[in-house]
Amino acid sequence: MKECMVRLIYCEMLGYDASFGYIHAIKLAQQGNLLEKRVGYLAVSLFLHENHELLLLLVNTVVKDLQSTNLVEVCMALTIVSQIFPREMIPAVLPLIEDKLQHSKEIIRRKAVLALYKFHLIAPNQVQHIHIKFRKALCDRDVGVMAASLHIYFRMIKENSSGYKDLTGSFVTILKQVVGGKLPVDFNYHSVPAPWIQIQLLRILGLLGKDDQRTSELMYDVLDESLRRAELNHNVTYAILFECVHTVYSIYPKSELLEKAAKCIGKFVLSPKINLKYLGLKALTYVIQQDPTLALQHQMTIIECLDHPDPIIKRETLELLYRITNAQNITVIVQKMLEYLHQSKEEYIIVNLVGKIADILVLNTVDTYAPDNAWFIQTMNAVFSVGGDVMHPDIPNNFMRLLAEGFDDETEDQQLRLYAVQSYLTLLDVENVFYPQKFLQVMSWVLGEYYYLLDKDTPEEVLTKLYKLLMNDSVSSETKAWLIAAVTKLTSQAHSSNIVERLIQEFTISLDTCMRQHAFELKHLRENVELMKSLLPVDKSCEDMVVDASLSFLDGFVAEELSQGAAPYKPHHQRQEEKLSQEKVLNFEPYGLSFSSSGFTGRQSPAGISLGSDISGNSAETGMKETNSLKLEGIKKLWGKEGYLPKKEGKTGDETEALPVPQESIIMENVDQAVTKKDQCQVLTQSKEEKEKQLLASSLFVGLGSESTINLLGKADTVSHKFRRKPKVKETKSGETTSAHSMTCSYFSSSSNATYEDDYYLDALQDRGDKELNKFSLNSELLDSESLTELPSVEKLSNCKLSSSPSLFTDNNMEGFHPSQSTAPSVAPETSLASSLLEETSEHMHSELVEVCHNETISVSSYKIWKDDCLFIVWSVSNKSGLELKSANLEIAPAENFKLLRYEPASSSHSPACVLSLALSLSCQINKYIKSLKKKKDQPGTKKNKQNRASGLKMELKPPHGHPQADSGCRRCRHHHQEEGHDPEEPEQLRKLFIGGLSFETTDIL
Amino acid sequence: MIQAILVFNNHGKPRLVRFYQQEIQQQIVRETFHLVLKRDDNICNFLEGGSLIGGSDYKLIYRHYATLYFVFCVDSSESELGILDLIQVFVETLDKCFENVCELDLIFHMDKVHYILQEVVMGGMVLETNMNEIVAQIEAQNRLEKSEVTPRWA
Repeated sequence: MKECMVRLIYCEMLGYDASFGYIHAIKLAQQGNLLEKRVGYLAVSLFLHENHELLLLLVNTVVKDLQSTNLVEVCMALTIVSQIFPREMIPAVLPLIEDKLQHSKEIIRRKAVLALYKFHLIAPNQVQHIHIKFRKALCDRDVGVMAASLHIYFRMIKENSSGYKDLTGSFVTILKQVVGGKLPVDFNYHSVPAPWIQIQLLRILGLLGKDDQRTSELMYDVLDESLRRAELNHNVTYAILFECVHTVYSIYPKSELLEKAAKCIGKFVLSPKINLKYLGLKALTYVIQQDPTLALQHQMTIIECLDHPDPIIKRETLELLYRITNAQNITVIVQKMLEYLHQSKEEYIIVNLVGKIADILVLNTVDTYAPDNAWFIQTMNAVFSVGGDVMHPDIPNNFMRLLAEGFDDETEDQQLRLYAVQSYLTLLDVENVFYPQKFLQVMSWVLGEYYYLLDKDTPEEVLTKLYKLLMNDSVSSETKAWLIAAVTKLTSQAHSSNIVERLIQEFTISLDTCMRQHAFELKHLRENVELMKSLLPVDKSCEDMVVDASLSFLDGFVAEELSQGAAPYKPHHQRQEEKLSQEKVLNFEPYGLSFSSSGFTGRQSPAGISLGSDISGNSAETGMKETNSLKLEGIKKLWGKEGYLPKKEGKTGDETEALPVPQESIIMENVDQAVTKKDQCQVLTQSKEEKEKQLLASSLFVGLGSESTINLLGKADTVSHKFRRKPKVKETKSGETTSAHSMTCSYFSSSSNATYEDDYYLDALQDRGDKELNKFSLNSELLDSESLTELPSVEKLSNCKLSSSPSLFTDNNMEGFHPSQSTAPSVAPETSLASSLLEETSEHMHSELVEVCHNETISVSSYKIWKDDCLFIVWSVSNKSGLELKSANLEIAPAENFKLLRYEPASSSHSPACVLSLALSLSCQINKYIKSLKKKKDQPGTKKNKQNRASGLKMELKPPHGHPQADSGCRRCRHHHQEEGHDPEEPEQLRKLFIGGLSFETTDIL
Repeated sequence: MIQAILVFNNHGKPRLVRFYQQEIQQQIVRETFHLVLKRDDNICNFLEGGSLIGGSDYKLIYRHYATLYFVFCVDSSESELGILDLIQVFVETLDKCFENVCELDLIFHMDKVHYILQEVVMGGMVLETNMNEIVAQIEAQNRLEKSEVTPRWA
């Protein structure tokens, strides 16, 4: 029998059904000798679950065994109790087990403690009275019993830490003893004293000391001791260290300990062992909110972890990044998350990650985190299409709420909506793409609500698309309801549409009753244009609707009917009851008829009349209801929001500065191309990658901590933003000190990677065979490094590198943001500047705006525009602080082949007069001249942007015709230059000044 | 708390299945196996977020020994590295009790393996981490077994 039972267990484990043997297992436990009993108990604990009915048969056996004098039997009974025991039967064994706490054998005591813990878990109220006994167990002379009681305390303290503060001293003492090696030697594991007990104790202390200075003070010493002792290089010491760190950061902080803990985290993160790295990241994630600088120290490691082959590490890193998201790094972080999202297939991960991205986006857009509208919409699109139908339903709802309620700035909102409409139209244009249902629902809602923003006369085009979707079999009926609601809304704006007619025809005979109803509603509404307009007002989705739940508008009608002898309304159940009672008495009572509207006889009576009027009343009522439901439908998704409204209103009016749409959309469309480009760029060398990482790092960690620590690695950092946004760093410096910032920017010879790039672009361009491009592609490699020094605070000097070339494949090779260029051919032959920067950039090939360097007061960004005959480098210097910018120095050295830029003091007629002086030494086309461009900008103190908006200054350099600038240090470039060997004269100089959003330009011919 | 302890071989055949909270066992075993199998040896021993076992609060901590995977499914109240070493303790104990433990031992003496496990983890809680103590308990039980068996055959 015993053997059979073991085999049965084996079968059950392999997944075969062995339920026929369950009863035998119980029998074995009840009746067998000691060995058979053991197998029986084991089988029972494996086979049965807590609520299994057979378990009741076991209770008596357990009670009997608990009373046995045989230790082994008692042990077995205790084990089974702690594994599996019916809740209702606890009282039967509780006193017996309590007795066992005083048993002379420690193994029994230990098991009894755990059994009681189990009871505490499944039925806490039944063991409340024995808490005193737990305390005794904690002070037990046997370490094992004490260790077992720690489980209970951990649990109880987690639930209610305040009730156990008095025990802190005891725990500290125990930990001291453990750490001090006072325990018996056989508790050592790899010569570490009782590591598991230490871990447990540290966790308990962490819970106890949370936000409690007095309690925390008690444990500083012992934590310090643990940190110090745990130096052996073994896994389990790391486990202790990790718990220490966790505890140190949980309790009331003490700087010395924090310092040590931070060092430990460093050890973890930098460890080659992957497990430790994982824990290090976990610790960082935990710590990051308290101490962001720690992440800065490890930024390079974190970047490496982002590309780690282990998805778990990757996810942990993303989790970490999620915690440090701020206004400045949001694009990069979300980008990373999306990348990971595209790779992962597990539903759980997708749900989780989509939730986080949406969280960042929606939440932070409210706080004006998201840089701009286009980016926001595009990212949401990506989220919707990947996350699809598994995502949490709150996400689309929140998104729509955000669109509907908008921000404080109305024009901003309109732009956001308009952009959403446009992007959805483009998405729907694509054939044979299946979007997730939720995404379609969002689309149809947005199109229905905001299509009017497009200012087209008829929504014919969009109706066609919606119709197509409606006819699509893969669209679920719920989505179809959304779609038809959108159609209804659109119809109210344009009533004469064939498509709508066709649609009504299709769906009034639809098998789906829901669709049929919607179609009928639509049909009737079309017949009454006025009603329709009032029901479906344009852009009123946000307004609260008062729904008269009591249908009081029918009161008059009801009164009228009643006065005409109609039967009063009875609720459904009442009618049912009456019907039943009527059936019992065989329905011959005339009274019954008048009361039951359902009763139907041929008798002419008041009841008959009332019946008739009732019917008409009903139909009228349903008619009203119908309109009511329609009304709801247009607005239904906003219903949940009412509670949130007040919160919204408290929002500040700060909006991110939005760029005009055209440029952004170009950039966005290029995202995909940029991705492939990025892949191609993988051929670039290691050093390149290194640099990318650094770039990425700086873009990720921007905004963390004080600005001066950003460059703490002393490496070249370039903070690049995909979008030109004006950072809202509001440095409120006391005192309007006039500080002079001198900015020294120098081009210096390109480093080795320029060669690689050049090579690469060369090949690429040859493939393209694009003459026009070739003409100036080769020697226009520009690798500039600039140093930006802020004179007043001499603290740092950041070297910034940025590389670019005019080929189509130009990009800055930064992961995390998409370089992109307009692919628009450079058509405009003439060199006169277009009136505005943006127009110009959209017309010509241009690189994107790259922030070259920045500090807390100034940020410099640059981008390039390639025209037929020249290359413009546009630099924009924006002053983020309220301080005056006295002077700026631009040094370009050593430069050859630069046609000169000249300075022109420009003054604008506007009040913020700006004087810019550029001192340039002229460079001839042949040889090395150092060209320095000095510009000075004076801003009168009076000029102050209300919102501290950056005031920008733009300036363009123009090289000779056909010779976009090359760095002298770039050998290849020079080479090409010589090959080309022609140097058109006629340099032209263009400058533009953007001050406070106004632009002035001057064009000078040298 | 430890939710489940699974041991399976490289082909996904379960060798030891112990759940401390009854769930859809076979499915979990299969899912866990697929999760664990596709991970290389040189990446970390922690896994999060199987959809079947509880979601975000649960972690899989596993070790790979020759032909066997030892997987512990734990919640957040357990220390990852601690459990990792607990697996080590468990395996070392098995090794001591069986003298050079191998997969076959787990098949033919699965009851014994369960008894050993019972000494280490009881009802989801770590009961004993002291290897000598565990071995002593097991040996006491073995003696008992012998003393019971011998009279019967005698």
